[in-house]
Amino acid sequence: MHPAIYNALWLEPVIPFASSFVLLVAGRKMGRRAAAWLGSCSILASFLIALAIAVAWDGAPFTQTVWHWIAVGSFQVDMGLYLDALSVVMTLAVSFVSFLIHVYSTEHMRESEGYERFFAYMNLFVASMLTLTLANNLLLLLLGWEGVGLCSYLLIGFWYGDEANGLAGRKAFIVTRTGDTAFILGLFLLFNQLGTLDIQPLLQRAAAHWHVGAAAAEVAAFLLLGGAVGKSAQLPLQTWLPDAMAGPTPTSALIHAATMVTAGVYLIARMHGLYELAPAALFAVALIGFATLLLAGCSALTQHDIKRILAYSTVSQIGYMFLALGVGAWSAAIFHLVTHAFFKALLFLASGVVIHALNDEHDIFRMGGLRHKLPLAFWCFVLAGCSLAGLPLITAGFYSKGLIIWQAYSSPLGTTWLWIGALTGAFLTALYIFRLIFVVFYGSEKLAPQHFPGPAVQWPMVVLAFLSMVAGFIDLPVALGGGEHLSRFLAPALPLVAQARPTALGEIGSEVIAAIVFFVGVYLIYLFQLQRPSLTETLMAGGFTQGLHRYWYSDWGMDWLYDRALVRPTIAVARADQHDVVDLFFAGIGALCGGLYRGLRLTQNGQVRRYAAWIAAGAILLLVVGLW
Amino acid sequence: MTHMGLLLAAVLFVLGLAGLLARRNLLMILVSIEIMLNAAGLAFIAAGAAWNQPDGQVMFLFILTVAAAEVAVGLALVLQLHHQTKSVDADRANRMRG
Repeated sequence: MHPAIYNALWLEPVIPFASSFVLLVAGRKMGRRAAAWLGSCSILASFLIALAIAVAWDGAPFTQTVWHWIAVGSFQVDMGLYLDALSVVMTLAVSFVSFLIHVYSTEHMRESEGYERFFAYMNLFVASMLTLTLANNLLLLLLGWEGVGLCSYLLIGFWYGDEANGLAGRKAFIVTRTGDTAFILGLFLLFNQLGTLDIQPLLQRAAAHWHVGAAAAEVAAFLLLGGAVGKSAQLPLQTWLPDAMAGPTPTSALIHAATMVTAGVYLIARMHGLYELAPAALFAVALIGFATLLLAGCSALTQHDIKRILAYSTVSQIGYMFLALGVGAWSAAIFHLVTHAFFKALLFLASGVVIHALNDEHDIFRMGGLRHKLPLAFWCFVLAGCSLAGLPLITAGFYSKGLIIWQAYSSPLGTTWLWIGALTGAFLTALYIFRLIFVVFYGSEKLAPQHFPGPAVQWPMVVLAFLSMVAGFIDLPVALGGGEHLSRFLAPALPLVAQARPTALGEIGSEVIAAIVFFVGVYLIYLFQLQRPSLTETLMAGGFTQGLHRYWYSDWGMDWLYDRALVRPTIAVARADQHDVVDLFFAGIGALCGGLYRGLRLTQNGQVRRYAAWIAAGAILLLVVGLW
Repeated sequence: MTHMGLLLAAVLFVLGLAGLLARRNLLMILVSIEIMLNAAGLAFIAAGAAWNQPDGQVMFLFILTVAAAEVAVGLALVLQLHHQTKSVDADRANRMRG
């Protein structure tokens, strides 16, 4: 018998959805204050339900069918919610971070137009995200998936008065849709082969019907991976995320850092049974994560827009999660997903304070010396930055990233070069985030802050800063005297990593090297940015480094490549075919009718005698023909 | 004898048609139509005489009544037209030009 509170599961997505509907319809009438209260409280209600369910959690999966959605022959899809350890963790993290960011937004967005609209979209987003995480079948998951995509589009282009924002939104939508197409094809294939879209029966049937490495399993896994790559901004579809920073900062924090972009990670973790049957696809996941974390780390090092640095950092960190998934360390990926949600959301919220304080200044090189004027933002940046880069022992990021680095090395699917790549990524992380901190908060003051955060902005940041520190202890490794609580909690849904392969270094050794990498990175960037800035100038004087800087700054030229290879040819073809070739035939019929009409119209001249003459001529013609 | 009658009918018909096409005055057009109708009637009588049948004369009586009705309607239309355009010129009544 399940706890009674489980029956309230359906309210989790429904409350934000209803609130979003009310805000969309009557937001303007109820006024800003009421809209902010409604928007935040609906998320709080969702969080409280998630919390109550987590407290009452008895370990047995629970399915709630709200209603039968589609029933056509053998194609049966329910509006069904599925609760297991994975969705408990996901809903808790999503609703909690969402709530904090909503509270932050009540103050941060105060001077913006469309305040009520903002909360309506944000609530719709949370509703879609919770649908995505709770769905018990892939079609409902896809509904949530597209719902968050829609909200992402709406919120990137939230300030639609500026054309660039609209274009960024369109780009995000089209690029992620490229991946979604693969996702939908994967759904078709799975239904065609296995006859169901309900995730748990589907995974059971897949295991029963397909052997490891079966072609159908590989193709389906690759197609789902396409969707995950688009949504999670991984190579080669990562180009939309940096541009998505055109949206309001709370949007970047919630959608483009903490929750939506990790949906791809969630999808692969949810479908892990399928990926276990598809080693090639799983290896591709690891490879994509590996390449993305390095490439995005290098790009982050060269950016000078504060939000773009954080965006590339997000891409890079999701690369870590993909790497963890690729080596079969499912719970490590979810662990990093949760800690990343805390510290990356905090980084964005703090950057929002800085940007707002300096009247929408985004360029870090026009900032400086802000640590005394904006102490809270400074300390949040330091704590979250340490967590992101992995300050040993006391930060959450150290444990989650350290676990991924270790698993990339020691899991049966891990290799030494994946491990080295992950460590290099950690080194890059320390470099780019402390470069940002040193440039923005140290040195001489260039712009004086004009706006200072109030309590509604400060409190969520304090809570997130606290979590960025302590969230790591939920999965403290056994080697460091912990209990691996999260991994054990997730174990019924996500199997633990199989017996580790023999490695030269132990887990402690790997953690120590990660710690050394962190300190070396921080010291190097300290040396280059603060102690001896002349070193940076010497380094940047060379033609090679300048070229490399430009290349990395342009995201390895991917945008340029896509522009030349895809966007421009498409536009050129569309231009050339503006007057549709196929249309010529139909336009020809129209022209023929028009010509006939103009000819016949001449005969209708209103002259009665002329008509009589034609009648006479016709009669004579008939007579002649008749008598011949 | 029959041939002469039909010939006369044909001449009358062509005269009527020529009048119809050539005259612009609506009254003269009506007169031309009357001539054509009577030419047709004459042709019926000539044909009836040729075959010793009464049908030709019966048809002529029909044509006579139809012609009377036609003239009544036609003259009423001409009056209406004159009312609106202050003229009985057929070419002026070309407002239906396409």
